[in-house]
Amino acid sequence: MGKHTPLYDMHISQGAKMVDFGGWDMPINYGSQIKEHNVVRTDAGMFDVSHMTVVDLTGDKVRDFLRTLLANNVDRLKDKGKALYSCMLNEKGGVIDDLIVYYVNDTFFRMVVNSSTREKDLAWINKHAEAFNVVVTVRDDLTMIAVQGPNAREKAHLALGTEIAAQIKDTAVFFIKFVNDSDMGEIAVARTGYTGEDGYEIMLPKEHASTFWAKLAEQEVVPCGLGARDTLRLEAGMNLYGSDMDESITPLEAALTWTVAWEPADRDFIGRAALEKQREQGVETKLVGLVLEDKGVLRNHQKVFIDGLEGGEITSGSFSPTVGKAIAFARVTSNIGNTCKVEIRGKQLTAVVVKPPFARNGKSCI
Amino acid sequence: MSEIPQDLRYTKTHEWIMKNDEGTLTVGVTDHAQSLLGDLVFIEAPEEGTTFQEGDDSAVVESVKAASDVYAPVDGEVTASNEVLGDTPEIINNDPYGDGWIYKIKPEDAGAFDALMDAEAYAEFVNSGDE
Repeated sequence: MGKHTPLYDMHISQGAKMVDFGGWDMPINYGSQIKEHNVVRTDAGMFDVSHMTVVDLTGDKVRDFLRTLLANNVDRLKDKGKALYSCMLNEKGGVIDDLIVYYVNDTFFRMVVNSSTREKDLAWINKHAEAFNVVVTVRDDLTMIAVQGPNAREKAHLALGTEIAAQIKDTAVFFIKFVNDSDMGEIAVARTGYTGEDGYEIMLPKEHASTFWAKLAEQEVVPCGLGARDTLRLEAGMNLYGSDMDESITPLEAALTWTVAWEPADRDFIGRAALEKQREQGVETKLVGLVLEDKGVLRNHQKVFIDGLEGGEITSGSFSPTVGKAIAFARVTSNIGNTCKVEIRGKQLTAVVVKPPFARNGKSCI
Repeated sequence: MSEIPQDLRYTKTHEWIMKNDEGTLTVGVTDHAQSLLGDLVFIEAPEEGTTFQEGDDSAVVESVKAASDVYAPVDGEVTASNEVLGDTPEIINNDPYGDGWIYKIKPEDAGAFDALMDAEAYAEFVNSGDE
């Protein structure tokens, strides 16, 4: 038996099909992955993401610490509450994890890292935090629920009540707001997500998880599983750690160059030297988006052929409900042109190379 | 619990087989199989006139999760293919034993149908978890 989130019993009662996800028993769907996918594109869905790891970093030198730890630069965060997406690299420039860090105040940043990478992330963070006297607190007392879709915020406001709604409704995109709820105590509401839609990721004390989930359900926010979460993030052009990048891949090879802050040149973040060398020499492989022209479904690890020669593989592939075709990320040699072939069940089918996202805010971008 | 109609025959690879009056057999995938696969998004059905040996890959059903082969339940020749599935593969999820049929096959051996698993045996097989 895997680990259970505070919402486990709720998932079972709502008819979820459970699967093992990195040691956690998580809902893959509640009946139909495509219906769940579509409801997030058109209305509002909710995801239990409490398997993810919330880490609070506190101390006078926390900003200096993050300037070293992360490839993106926390100095881009000027306003309190603002969030930043970044990779955390090893000395070779390989991605240990990708994460979101929220600037709460000058002595407190909150970070959300992946669940599958939890132990190595915490070991790495703790190892480097020491020199900066930064206190690392894992918030296993919290649960995280993502409410996503064009109507997600409105419905979340109704579920949270007018008093809380008044305090959070003006939260800007990619900002977090801490508020005190009379029942739940301190909750954090972030206007972030992993679906390409508007919405919130809400962190709350875990003992209130089921009650709040039920309140969202009363507002007809539809429970969605990890299956829909995966197709939504793929359509939105967002990488998945472990599939699209890992410790042997640098951000430059994972279409994440935009998350590397090269300036100022004297900010010596971990992995910088290796990345600079790679930038000078050029990358041999890159991550691109593919749309299958022929009928079929792109899947992870299918081989990609460029001008008749094997030139890479699919790292994340699926059928896209919004586009109506199979889509994928593929890591391929840098010589790829506008089209390529993908070997599917012994046949070579044609795919067009595109720049993700494939879909955002309810609409196909293809 | 998945539905297992009494009048059909079954395979261990989760195909159902129906005997038609004109001597052909209709083949589809069971309710249990479609439920395991999840939302179907692509079906590759065989062309009319294709011949199969029992156990050959005869069709492909792909869901958001995975691709799965449909195996020929008997030796024979395909006499019809459900063309509607090309544009609406979800019919298999909604009606696996009716409109979600995949193809019809004329068996070489007219008695092949009777040798297949009946509903009771298939139910036992599914419940035993040996699949």
